[in-house]
Amino acid sequence: MSMPVPLAQSGGGFFRDRAADSCVADNGICPGWILDNLDRYTTPLAQHVFLTVTSVAAGFVIAFALAVLAHRRRWLVGPVTNVTGILYTLPSVAVFFLLLPITGRGSLTAIIALTAYTLLILFRNVLAGLDGVPEDARDAGRGMGLSDRALLWRVEVPLALPAIMAGLRIATTTTVGLAALAFFAGAGGLGEPLEAQKAFKTNVLFAGGLCVALAVALDAAILLVQRRLTPWTRAA
Amino acid sequence: MTPTRTIRAALAAVAALALALGLLACGDDDEPSGGGTDTTQEEPTAAITRNPDNASTTLTIGSKNFTEQQVLGEIYAQAFAAAGYTVRKELNLGDEQTALKALKDGEISGYPEYTGTALLSFFEVPTKDLPKDPQQAFEQVRQRFEADGITAFPPTPFTSSNEVAVTSETAERLGLRKISDLEGKSQDLVLYGSPECRGRDDCLRGLQNVYGLRFKRFVPVDIAQRHEVLTNGDADVSIVFTTDPQIARNREVLLEDDKGMFPPYNSTFLMDAETAEKAGPDLERTIELVNKNLNARVMQELNARVDLDKETPQDAAADYLQQFDLVAPDGS
Amino acid sequence: MDACGMTVLGSVLSTFGDGLDFIVRERTGRGGGQVGGPAENARLVWEHLKLCVAAMAIACAVALPIGLWLGHTRRGAFLAVSVSNVGRAVPSIALLFVFFAFLGAGFLNVTLALALLAIPPILTNAYVGVVEADPDAVDAARGMGMRGPQIVRRVELPLALPLVLGGIRTSSVNVVATATIAPLAGVVTLGDPIINPSIYGQEGRLGAAILVALLAVAAEAALAGVQCAVTPRALRRATGRPRRGRLIASPRRRVTTTP
Repeated sequence: MSMPVPLAQSGGGFFRDRAADSCVADNGICPGWILDNLDRYTTPLAQHVFLTVTSVAAGFVIAFALAVLAHRRRWLVGPVTNVTGILYTLPSVAVFFLLLPITGRGSLTAIIALTAYTLLILFRNVLAGLDGVPEDARDAGRGMGLSDRALLWRVEVPLALPAIMAGLRIATTTTVGLAALAFFAGAGGLGEPLEAQKAFKTNVLFAGGLCVALAVALDAAILLVQRRLTPWTRAA
Repeated sequence: MTPTRTIRAALAAVAALALALGLLACGDDDEPSGGGTDTTQEEPTAAITRNPDNASTTLTIGSKNFTEQQVLGEIYAQAFAAAGYTVRKELNLGDEQTALKALKDGEISGYPEYTGTALLSFFEVPTKDLPKDPQQAFEQVRQRFEADGITAFPPTPFTSSNEVAVTSETAERLGLRKISDLEGKSQDLVLYGSPECRGRDDCLRGLQNVYGLRFKRFVPVDIAQRHEVLTNGDADVSIVFTTDPQIARNREVLLEDDKGMFPPYNSTFLMDAETAEKAGPDLERTIELVNKNLNARVMQELNARVDLDKETPQDAAADYLQQFDLVAPDGS
Repeated sequence: MDACGMTVLGSVLSTFGDGLDFIVRERTGRGGGQVGGPAENARLVWEHLKLCVAAMAIACAVALPIGLWLGHTRRGAFLAVSVSNVGRAVPSIALLFVFFAFLGAGFLNVTLALALLAIPPILTNAYVGVVEADPDAVDAARGMGMRGPQIVRRVELPLALPLVLGGIRTSSVNVVATATIAPLAGVVTLGDPIINPSIYGQEGRLGAAILVALLAVAAEAALAGVQCAVTPRALRRATGRPRRGRLIASPRRRVTTTP
């Protein structure tokens, strides 16, 4: 019962001959293997994008609303910063497992946690952007007879855009990194193939590299959007 | 469009996107696989035939968190799907306690367990009372699970025991052939094992209680690293499984269990008794067909597909089912 | 079970109650050993802190001199910015696994991985802190005859201290969080009951999750207090909070921090 099974001999079609020296079997760095197995990463990559975009979008909607509120009612700034700050500090793995009894395994648990993470940076940046609007611009707007709402949307938000977009970029790159842990909550993402062959150097480097590439790509995309939305800043 | 309108449009789009994706997330957790419509003719040699009546039964198949378990889970899941059941997969759950809890809580319908693991981890049979005969071991397991409302199906031919492994250099250097040879030497050696090894009688606890061994240090690592830690020199001793292909490949030496710490470890598929009843006779028949060819050589080859060739458990399982004429070559 | 369905409030509360019970009451874990209780949990907290402190020490020793000097010489703006951006984009778990795949398990290897993770915010914030130090003060120091390293030590560093500490704060939070998954690489920390619940049980998993969350919040609060203490009154923002200072990347323009 404790005799080792001899290495299977070839023959009968099912059993394979394995060379003593093999890049893949020795967990080395084998570029060819990546090309042959790209399809293994497509679903995790798509899921990763989904988790990131959903979380950042949801976080942005919430943080933007909070910042607009806090912009007028300053007493909100402290409490909101504290709450979002605490949410940011909680380690994501802990949050996943604390949420599991409530929301179960799956994308929802991961998205709730990831969204909570984006709140602090997005709230701070939107608020800072709104606060940073020069008083002259506001005066000019009021002088033109703009209502508070119109002032916000036609003067303050456009001028706050650089700070808002900066916050979006930071939140997005951070979320891409955190979404790699989403597999703990049963939500897939690039962390899954990463963990599935964690001793295989090729896999670890490629899956990790995909994460970084995704973050860079999303960062560049947001930067592009920022340039389109704020043509006046390019004059600098 | 003025910048303001562009911004508003962008924000509205973002909000809509967030809402849409959020709703998607809420609904996307249930994804049945298998049991889809199949219009191609089944090859007459495929042993598992699709029975459309089975489609009303949903089976959620789980597995523990190492290669052999994932392959077995995939094999059973694909086999049940081929038989016409509606199958969902929740593989890679964790250690045996996590898997059993998932079964008892109804999160999964069934998963493949080992007779030895059940005897030691679930039923806490003392080492001296462990049966040596695989069939006896299965009988005991089956009876005890029956009392718990769980059906244990007839076991596989292969048994994959926990083993105590060292590199051939270490074995030569310290003159190790059986586990008791470690007496007097283990206090200088570092043992690596899975995290649950700390509490198992067929692992660290057994080595301490049955063989009286004290190690310099025990380091819990992920079970998937059980061979890497030996080859890179982190571990002096590691706990491995009989069907691991790395043993022969890395020329590891398995120490003989001279005091009989390890029971038989045939794989038996556990399922919630009610679901098993509802599933009908096709279930047992499918399991029987699947198990027939799962001997130690084949299981080791399947492990090699994943651990050495870096294939996915899904592909390895599909190949097994096709190679042994259990399902038609087109998969389904 | 529908993930969007409601859970009975009582069962949720009792689950958390089990977690809290794990923290305060020792019990026999699976396999006979004692788990849980204040002593055992304190030991896990200590292991966790050991790893974090070691990683932060290495990170500061490497990142602070480089960041301060780059800032002082006004060189390497692109490097300082890129390090932060790329560093943010690397998932902590990927870094851990890369180190594990190449170097194997063990305390030192995990410490190195965590230190690498901690370097970018510290380096970037040190750089920005020095760059944004009041140029008049630096000029005055030069006028008084101080040389480079002296200026850094006696003028620029004190002025940059709030931002530097902000960077250390950010890094610490990341390191404490990543140390939770260190058990994947063979180092037992507070993350062990979370990732490997076998001998601790589900109560252990929850109890440890609660503990690690508290630990992270405590570390952040402590460092915020230190940062507040060293921030000169005049440099504090209108809201009374010291600047944590995270970097906006814009290599072509003046490097700015988010407040």
